[in-house]
Amino acid sequence: GRAGLSRTEPRARDGRGREEEEEGEEGCYQLYPGHIPTSPLQKALLAAGSALMALSDPYRHDMVAVLGETTGCLALPNLRNKMKHHPEGYRILQERPRIRLSTLDMTRLRGLPDGSLGREYVRFLEDNKVSPDTRMPPKFVDDEELAYVIQRYREVHDLMHTLLGMPTNMLGEVVVKWFEAVQTGLPMCVLGAAFGPVRLSTRKLQVLATELVPWAIRSGRNASCILNVYYEQRWEQPVESLREEIGIFPPP
Amino acid sequence: VYQVFESVAKKYDVMNDSMTLGIHRVWKDIFVHKMNPSPGTLLLDVAGGTGDIAFRFINYVRSARERQLQRKLKNHQNLSWQEISKSYQEDQFKSLGDSQVVVCDINKEMLKVGKQKAEHLGYCEGLSWVLGNAEELPFDDDKFDVYTIAFGIRNVTRIDLALEEAYRVLKPGGRFLCLEFSRVSNPLLSRLYDLYSFQVIPVLGEVIAGDWKSYQYLVESIRRFPPQEEFKAMIEDAGFFKVDYQNLNSGIVAIHSGFKL
Repeated sequence: GRAGLSRTEPRARDGRGREEEEEGEEGCYQLYPGHIPTSPLQKALLAAGSALMALSDPYRHDMVAVLGETTGCLALPNLRNKMKHHPEGYRILQERPRIRLSTLDMTRLRGLPDGSLGREYVRFLEDNKVSPDTRMPPKFVDDEELAYVIQRYREVHDLMHTLLGMPTNMLGEVVVKWFEAVQTGLPMCVLGAAFGPVRLSTRKLQVLATELVPWAIRSGRNASCILNVYYEQRWEQPVESLREEIGIFPPP
Repeated sequence: VYQVFESVAKKYDVMNDSMTLGIHRVWKDIFVHKMNPSPGTLLLDVAGGTGDIAFRFINYVRSARERQLQRKLKNHQNLSWQEISKSYQEDQFKSLGDSQVVVCDINKEMLKVGKQKAEHLGYCEGLSWVLGNAEELPFDDDKFDVYTIAFGIRNVTRIDLALEEAYRVLKPGGRFLCLEFSRVSNPLLSRLYDLYSFQVIPVLGEVIAGDWKSYQYLVESIRRFPPQEEFKAMIEDAGFFKVDYQNLNSGIVAIHSGFKL
């Protein structure tokens, strides 16, 4: 089917072209595969709509992703700068590694000693039955490098779970969101951290408030930027040593 | 186009309500009222996917049939009770009065949703669901009393072929009716409409159906469709007579009508 990109066909009516330009430079061209250019109004509507939808239907992970992309205009350049000014981060921006089943050697990682990053990461994926391939590719970020930054953030999320020792249930996800909120400043993380607990039981909320969140915040503050770690080159490193290096306090 | 509607099928009705703020229901009601079908009409609803027109047709014909029966009873007040009960038996299974609607769509997913809806809403008799292409209908000549296509013809690649097919399958005296998005002539309304279409609708598509691109496509296909007069000429070219159109909401939507004589 021809679900083609906007505005590539000539218009039948006069004045159409002029009107399009007035509405913003949307529909000019794709900056990267999957890119959908959007006007500021569309971004605002998307941000509002995705926030509401994500709250009402927590299974709409795509809405969380869209919310992150449309609200990240300040946080993403900030993260990119942090990466640029760090030797390892800079290398990541140059080499653009991707964490995908096709690029990971699962058998090798599984064969690594217990306690190593690679072994624990694979264990996390298998225990929680998740795969790194389910991350949404960015659509609404209007800068090709920033699109990579947010993609990297998404792909590193599972490694965050591993380093923080948090499972993929609602409680674990909220804790990781608090950590990420402090680390990245992404409004989506902040919103997720603030509204995520709404669906938790009181007992869990208690544990969350008294132990987990303070620890997550302390770690987030203390730790260096998590996007500046070239995880693919550190599979053999023991998790504890990596935690110490980054500055994440041991999980309670 | 096929892939667009495959992904769109399940959320089609929800999206229609959101995009048009429910007004599409009014448009379809007006459309069927204009058709004014009498019991015994054989309707072909092309690109009828999820059954909106078909269900309205059945409702209309059913109430028309009830009125018909009531009038008959009034006229029969001088008959004996045996004759009256005999006429009851004859009419018993004809709550629709032999009216039938064939819903034809090129997309299996849309038909599936339509069938499910019919079951859910309790429509069982008088409905048939056929997979077919508007440019090449799987029906014989001179078969139908009315041919309708609501919000479907703009998605047909060769509109002229669809119109010729419509002419072919209609009986002499049959009516062609088309409900479709059209040209808004009022410049202020046109700008507002464009703004809404291009800024809001793809966002709605992304948020509700997780599908920006399909709804971007839908909005563009509306802009590409010929304006009222041009479409009227195309219908006349296919052989229809007394072709006319009625604008709804200043031309956001138009109903075109023609007769095969």
